[in-house]
Amino acid sequence: MTTHPGTAAHDMPHGDEAVGHVVPLPIYFAVFVTLLVFTGVTATVAFADLGRFNIFVALTIAVIKASLVLLYFMHLRYSSRLTLLFVGIAFFWLGTMIALTMSDVVSRGWFGAAGLG
Amino acid sequence: MSDHATALAPRAEKLPPPTAHQFDDAIQQHDASGLGMWVFLVTEILFFGGLFTIYTVYRSLYPHAFGHASSTLDLTLGTTNTAVLIGSSLTMALAVHTAQVSRNGRLIALFLCATMLLGGVFLGIKAVEYAQKFHEHHVPGPYFHWEGGDPQHVELYFSLYFVMTGLHALHMVIGEGVLTVLAIMALRGRFGPSYFTPVELTGLYWHFVDIIWIFLFPLLYLVERHS
Repeated sequence: MTTHPGTAAHDMPHGDEAVGHVVPLPIYFAVFVTLLVFTGVTATVAFADLGRFNIFVALTIAVIKASLVLLYFMHLRYSSRLTLLFVGIAFFWLGTMIALTMSDVVSRGWFGAAGLG
Repeated sequence: MSDHATALAPRAEKLPPPTAHQFDDAIQQHDASGLGMWVFLVTEILFFGGLFTIYTVYRSLYPHAFGHASSTLDLTLGTTNTAVLIGSSLTMALAVHTAQVSRNGRLIALFLCATMLLGGVFLGIKAVEYAQKFHEHHVPGPYFHWEGGDPQHVELYFSLYFVMTGLHALHMVIGEGVLTVLAIMALRGRFGPSYFTPVELTGLYWHFVDIIWIFLFPLLYLVERHS
């Protein structure tokens, strides 16, 4: 297997030019093993009483796992800036939706307004 | 064997498909396809994002009900399923890789079928978990039953559990159907280094579904295991 798509296509019919970035196989296997390890870690560490930090540890591991899938399995590391912009926009609006919603939920009752607990 | 492989690949001589007239070259066409798939995935992220937002709101309001309800889920099955789905993402990535570097339709189809098989295992385990929930009367509705405290908000957790995992499972079922079509196309020799767009875009979809599960697993199974 090769990282150069052009050389991989040498035995193809004439005009059959390769497109896209070929990720080396060892990277796929390394990502796979890392994802499995993190799955084991998150399931194990959940039994440790870390108080409020349990959720932060669980979500941090989930974000690391998702990032590995995005960067390598989904080739974002090798994608165009335009694609990265689109993906970034998705997470920006997702964060906006959750942050603004929670800012409402959490702040209710702060000022003792009538009808709110 | 080579005769058989040739018989399965009658269209190989017709490759590569022509670049559509609106594109400068095959590379631009390839990049545009990828971007288009990502636009769809952006809508999917926000689609699931609404459910994650609802989950965040109610978990913050009723943390103990969510914790007790979450601890009734089978962690062994949940962890196994996470590993199975990660494995299916690997075989999917290998199918894309194979299409990128060779014209070996049988190997591409093999990896696609492995992905389908692992996806099927995931759905099977999910069905076992669902059956358990029905037996325990933890399914929201008229037959819902909860011995512990705060049954109303425990039921709310299980509503979110079934909607989120159900929507995720629906995406997997759709993925299995697309993979079936891809495997047939691969056996017909449709894919190779110059044209593997359907395999690649289905890969993006499959990995996206994997990412959703990567977040569902800790949020649904690991809320309050330590107490």
